[in-house]
Amino acid sequence: MAGRRWRAVVGGIGELFITVGVVLVLFVVWQLGYVAVVDSRAQLGVVAEGEAQFAAGGASLPDIPLQSDPTATGGAGGTASTAPKVTLEDGRVFAILRVPRLGGPTWARPIYEGVGLPVLAKGLGRYPNTALPGAIGNFAVAGHRAGHGNPLIDIDAIRNGDVMIVETRAGWVVYRAQRHTIVPPTSVDVVAAVPQKPGVKPTEAWFTLTSCDPRFSSTNRYIVFAKLERVIPRAEGLPADLLADPR
Amino acid sequence: MYAALWRRLPGNRLVKSLLALLLFLAVVAVLFIWVFPAITPFLPFENVTVEGGP
Repeated sequence: MAGRRWRAVVGGIGELFITVGVVLVLFVVWQLGYVAVVDSRAQLGVVAEGEAQFAAGGASLPDIPLQSDPTATGGAGGTASTAPKVTLEDGRVFAILRVPRLGGPTWARPIYEGVGLPVLAKGLGRYPNTALPGAIGNFAVAGHRAGHGNPLIDIDAIRNGDVMIVETRAGWVVYRAQRHTIVPPTSVDVVAAVPQKPGVKPTEAWFTLTSCDPRFSSTNRYIVFAKLERVIPRAEGLPADLLADPR
Repeated sequence: MYAALWRRLPGNRLVKSLLALLLFLAVVAVLFIWVFPAITPFLPFENVTVEGGP
């Protein structure tokens, strides 16, 4: 009898291990398969919705003026002080990011206000209190590299000179990638108004993307810095060659 | 554990297999819809921001 009881106990422990193993495999399937597909579809749905709203006048999306024309500013102080005040609501979509390097002319992801985990599950998120797209200062945006639709899965493929376009209701803000860096998670200076130069008064418009590095890890952060090239009002339309696939 | 469950399932071997499959799928659904989303915020690859950012 004692032997049979032992067999039941050992067998039970074995079954427990098998169960834990199966649950772990299921978790990987969930993270890499299920969530990636479900969240990716949701994000593309938001992009399609945003595009439809832009086409229809975009009344329900925040109106961020194309305030900074790099050829017109350039003087000391820039337009930062005279720029109209726009307050964005946390968790609300306000722009679409297009980076042909990450998936060709159709690659697009929504940008929300805020960098909380519930926001980033929906797409990319803007660090609150950083510059608005096109404005003098640093427009800083975070996004997942693994999980939740992996919007920035290929962030390390971005090369210097690659075009990064932020589309808002008013038009397109065209940035060019200048450099990238890998920093510890505590390096908040990458989202400073002048990237990596905290406390310095900005005179240029930068765009910073942050994600994790290496993939599936939180050891470091992968950062891409881009600089404003020009702004294109919606009425002018976006030149198709800007979205040409560089790959 | 699983042997006891198998004994308790009604019907012949085919019915038992189908019921076991249904139970497994139900467990998978619970994990996918409620359990995994609840634990991911505590896992490392969720962190993509620089901390204490402005």
